[in-house]
Amino acid sequence: MQRELLKFALFAALVLVAAPLYFQGGYILNVLVFVGINTMLAIGLNLLLGFAGQISLGQAAFYGLGAYISAILTTTHGFNPWLAMIFAALAVGALAFVIGFPILKLKGHYLAMATLGFGIIVYIVINEYVDLTGGPSGFPGIPNLSIGSISFDSDMKNYYLIWVATLGVMLLAINLTRSRIGRALRAIHDSEVAAQVLGINARLLKVQIFACSAMISSLAGSLYAHYITFVSPSTFGFHFSVELLTMVVIGGLGSIYGSFLGAALITLLPEFLRAFHDYDIIFYGALLMIMTIFLPGGLIQGGTLVWNYLRNTLGGKGGADA
Amino acid sequence: MNLSDQLLQYILSGLSTGAIYALIGLGFAIIYNSTGIINFAQGEFVMFGGMLGVYFFHKQGLALPIAFLLAVVVTALCGVLFERFAIRPLRRPTPMNMVIITIGGSIFLRGVAMIAWGKDTHVLPTFSGDEPISFAGATLLPQHLWIFAITILLIIGTKLFFSHTISGKAMSACAVNRRAAGLVGIDVRRMIMFSFILSSAIGAMAGIIIAPLTMTSYDVGVMLGLKGFCAAIIGGMSSGLPTVIGGLLLGVLESLGAGFSSGYKDAVAFVILLLILFFRPQGLFSRGSSERV
Repeated sequence: MQRELLKFALFAALVLVAAPLYFQGGYILNVLVFVGINTMLAIGLNLLLGFAGQISLGQAAFYGLGAYISAILTTTHGFNPWLAMIFAALAVGALAFVIGFPILKLKGHYLAMATLGFGIIVYIVINEYVDLTGGPSGFPGIPNLSIGSISFDSDMKNYYLIWVATLGVMLLAINLTRSRIGRALRAIHDSEVAAQVLGINARLLKVQIFACSAMISSLAGSLYAHYITFVSPSTFGFHFSVELLTMVVIGGLGSIYGSFLGAALITLLPEFLRAFHDYDIIFYGALLMIMTIFLPGGLIQGGTLVWNYLRNTLGGKGGADA
Repeated sequence: MNLSDQLLQYILSGLSTGAIYALIGLGFAIIYNSTGIINFAQGEFVMFGGMLGVYFFHKQGLALPIAFLLAVVVTALCGVLFERFAIRPLRRPTPMNMVIITIGGSIFLRGVAMIAWGKDTHVLPTFSGDEPISFAGATLLPQHLWIFAITILLIIGTKLFFSHTISGKAMSACAVNRRAAGLVGIDVRRMIMFSFILSSAIGAMAGIIIAPLTMTSYDVGVMLGLKGFCAAIIGGMSSGLPTVIGGLLLGVLESLGAGFSSGYKDAVAFVILLLILFFRPQGLFSRGSSERV
């Protein structure tokens, strides 16, 4: 745990101090804000997929619900943004808890299809309920968050705001996975029956982690809405759920820092591949297949393998077994 | 037009889209039964069929029947390549890995189609004119009849294939128990490849016969695929009549739903999908009652 905390502190310092000093603002900072949002979302999905072994292709729906609830409550009904954010997270968490019971009874392909179906229904409702959501043309004029007289209206301020939230989520996830609950989730991942025999309430625990992951997604959605101040349905479609899945798989299932790596890679890559703009969809597809076939543990595992190999070859013959 | 005529009209057009869902659902079921995989790329085969049909007909100027045939053959070839390079190399095929790989495959194929043929929607001409036929107060297009005819032929064809050819019987054996099938000398890998050929070819045909009515573009595969899956779920993943009935039922319900609110039309299929998965999650495909191939 000591080493884990040290690692986290190092990471936090890098993100909060080094990165803003180095980039100073401007466009790249805006991209880094999105790395933060996507890291949060990827960790939410990873808790479910990587630890409990339950797939969800409907994460974009929770993200979208969070964003839209925040948008509607603050803009149409004049709520305080922070209050709206908490309310959105609670409402989305409650929804996930309720649908979690029937949905998480399903396994594998069926679970994937059911969550996908849920995601598409939410997407259709957001698109069609024009009076409430503004429909396909979007929802403008969402206020920025503020504390006292400080309004989070610049990229730099939002960078700190969103990364503090992301680091909070990371810390929560790290603690969660190292607790009794984390071990129980991994037991469910390996064998649900065996876990139940050991006295783990698998059904409830799966639903709880599903709701937790939905709340994290909702929080990310609220932060997104208040940062961009405009939301439209196309951000929250099926494609984004797949993008999140790509982040988690590429980074490494069951690794918190892996989720960050995956989110960073998938968010930054399009910026470097501007010339190949339309090719990114092929790239995601190929990446998903290649990673699952050749490196099921993701980048994190690949890094560990390389590191161990280097240590063993460079460290002489006295080192540990390869 | 009075109410009953209108109802008949909705039902007829629902049946024709339902026939398409049924064909796509059969594709899902055939692969599922021989491999235990839900192929998320199934909708992409349907899209490929339609797009290749457009390509061979408009770009290459081939006659429609030849374009039809070529599109089916090329799509089946894609199915083989997909099986060979994406499905087979996996060392530990867990359902989760398979979901991720077939999703990867589906967006890859979609991307290929987008780059090859652009983002525009394309249309194929109807197979035999646009003269509407009136039928008991409702109107049908000749293309609807083509859809019904081809669907019925395909269903009878697959039925005969599974019950009267040695390959078909071998595939049925794999569906019952892959390991036992291997022990009695059936080449399971080849049967898996056959199932991909068969379902991509059926998917392609579905894609071509619907293209003159609904138009086609690189991204139609997602929705069509999901609705086909819904049909297969209603039918309990059988590669026979139950899935066909599931498809027709879905088509009609969706068409009637569109009569009330066109915006929410697409939601109907997914609400049905969720309801069935929730309330009869495993129940609809109890082994004894439905035919599994």
